[in-house]
Amino acid sequence: MANMRPDKNPMPHQDPQVRACNFNEVALGYTKEQAIDEAQRCLNCKHRPCVSGCPVQINIPEFIAKVAEGDFEGAYQIIAKDSALPAVCGRVCPQESQCEAKCVRGIKAEPVGIGRLERFVADWHNANATEKAVPPAPNGHKVAVIGSGPAGLTCAGDLARKGYEVTIFEALHLAGGVLVYGIPEFRLPKSIVQKEVDGLKALGVKVETNMVIGRAITIDELKEEFGFEAVFIGSGAGLPKFMNIPGENLKGVYSANEFLTRINLMKAYQEGADTPIQHSTKVAVVGGGNVAMDAARCAKRLGAEVYIVYRRSEAELPARAEEVEHAKEEGIIFKTLTNPTEILGYHPDDPRDPRNGSVAGIRCVEMELGEPDASGRRRPIVKQGSEFDIELDCVIMALGTSPNPLIKSTTEGLETEKWGGIIADENGLTSRENVYAGGDAVTGAATVILAMGAGKTAAKAIDETLSKK
Amino acid sequence: MYRIVKKRVLNPTVSLMEIEAPAVARKAEPGQFIILRVDEEGERIPLTIADFDREKGTVTIIYQVVGATTEKLNHKEEGQFLQDFVGPLGRATETEGLKRVAVVGGGVGTAIAYPVAKKLHDVGCHVDLIVGFRNKDLVILEEEFKAASTNLIIGTDDGSYGKKALVTDLLKEQIEAGAKYDRVITIGPVIMMKFVCQLTKEYDIPTVVSMNPIMIDGTGMCGGCRLSVGGETKFACVDGPEFDGHKVDFDEAMARGAMYKDFERHAYEEACNLFKQEVK
Repeated sequence: MANMRPDKNPMPHQDPQVRACNFNEVALGYTKEQAIDEAQRCLNCKHRPCVSGCPVQINIPEFIAKVAEGDFEGAYQIIAKDSALPAVCGRVCPQESQCEAKCVRGIKAEPVGIGRLERFVADWHNANATEKAVPPAPNGHKVAVIGSGPAGLTCAGDLARKGYEVTIFEALHLAGGVLVYGIPEFRLPKSIVQKEVDGLKALGVKVETNMVIGRAITIDELKEEFGFEAVFIGSGAGLPKFMNIPGENLKGVYSANEFLTRINLMKAYQEGADTPIQHSTKVAVVGGGNVAMDAARCAKRLGAEVYIVYRRSEAELPARAEEVEHAKEEGIIFKTLTNPTEILGYHPDDPRDPRNGSVAGIRCVEMELGEPDASGRRRPIVKQGSEFDIELDCVIMALGTSPNPLIKSTTEGLETEKWGGIIADENGLTSRENVYAGGDAVTGAATVILAMGAGKTAAKAIDETLSKK
Repeated sequence: MYRIVKKRVLNPTVSLMEIEAPAVARKAEPGQFIILRVDEEGERIPLTIADFDREKGTVTIIYQVVGATTEKLNHKEEGQFLQDFVGPLGRATETEGLKRVAVVGGGVGTAIAYPVAKKLHDVGCHVDLIVGFRNKDLVILEEEFKAASTNLIIGTDDGSYGKKALVTDLLKEQIEAGAKYDRVITIGPVIMMKFVCQLTKEYDIPTVVSMNPIMIDGTGMCGGCRLSVGGETKFACVDGPEFDGHKVDFDEAMARGAMYKDFERHAYEEACNLFKQEVK
């Protein structure tokens, strides 16, 4: 008989006031007892709606049944069949709109905490598993993977397990893509990402950092000169968008990418770090997605008073509810239905004044919601005469990103959408023979799990094509 | 890890390093840059490629000790290794169809002007290479400059070597004396490039500047290197580093370049103190 407790076992958290001053992980994870108790809430439904909500179709009821029995390694092995990065996904997947949204328990009360259980199982495995990965016998085929984010890691892992000789090319000095430069330590500890990358290396995957494909080597050269039979492009959506309003190039205006990269990849928040970051007193983060929440919460941890400035209402915030909740608990102030029109600069008479060209404030207008637009959300309209200024010294633009044009511009015949996304079919195949693509490079900025799903699909298609050779 | 094959001190604060980086050397072209990290904790700094040898698989960089990272870099010796070295980044200098060009460099920027001048000279272009330094002790690469130019004109601020003149004056002299330039290419301190561009605008000579702003990744991801060119925002790392000098907003670029000045000064002092302690 299932545990009919209506609500999920709550996730233990660091106290908001304490965590707003450190970069340690916010959610602390279930204990064994909590995990077993939560697992017992699963009804083990015959039609398994949760599985259909998962982009990589993990056998959710099966792994949860193992957790309920206390067989955590058994649970891990079930997840590992479908997901290469469970410790990551258990933390950053939007379960509330995927697996948990379909959970039968969620109809009358709260769904089973699938994400929390996935995280528990992965962490348990990482802490307790002893057996080492054994690289499979090589099958003689070479595949290149461009980018070491979630799409690339998944594709590389799936192919390596089948015996392919896989090389990942990463432009930065550290593997992990958005998992290391974008998502902050307090949401996804970097040691977890490192562990996943090390796991791939143990499977025989080579990781070449400091390699900018398109500049150092082109896709054609990978195929013709370096002998890779197939290439998977998982280069992500790294190009930051700006608003094109006056003052965006003032000192103290960051793209969320730059702000987060300085903090996460370069560890600028640590005392004595070589990479600088501005420690501001008052910051506005423009945007309402997960990246905006991450940037806001980082700025808070650096000691600033932080505003989220978002042009629609709270109901339309694209960020996960949990992230918004966490941000609020930490004291982030939400200025919704507000849109910036100009960033105000400090321009003293003496040009040698070090404050010359710095941010002094932000000019905004209030918005109201009109009729739904193409995205189905109600269109924000400017309220006439509502202009007002906020004094501050830093603005972070978190308006989304688009795919980097470097590969497109250096690969002849690679077709892309107008906005830069690489065109790929349902198997991830692009307009070029044996060149596959997936993740944000194809879809534009989306989620970790969707990128993993795309990496998985492409790995399957690559295997089907190359194994026939 | 990337081995330092050769190190040569060019003047008291400027040194040259030849780094073993075959993947970078394979494709490097004049005008492009690399990003390096000295050690595992290091920041990423962009440096323009000063030379390369595809056969040896090496890339030469020339740097001036201006802050903590270049100080740390300068403490590395031949045979030691750099943590990271990535490139080539940015777009190469366009040299096609140029018959006569003035390449104008200032200070350590002259080192970056060198490969551009060399490439132009190699393809038969008439190159007037105009280089300026504060004084005689700071003059670098004179032999290399001679070999890479049709005319080498050296100026110093105090007249201790070459002519006592600013590069803008030297360039103006050439133009007034009848030199017909298809293009002026200028590389050096932002303030110098600004004045070179003001001058060439008067004479309506197309002018290219090489910008070296603050950046992190060098692939278009952070946007920290953005600058205004003709009222549009451009990223120096992917759209540049070379731009139409008559369109660049130099004042904004100068302000942005000074963004972390206080931090850098502090970090530099810390680094210097650290090395002093090691000496004891």
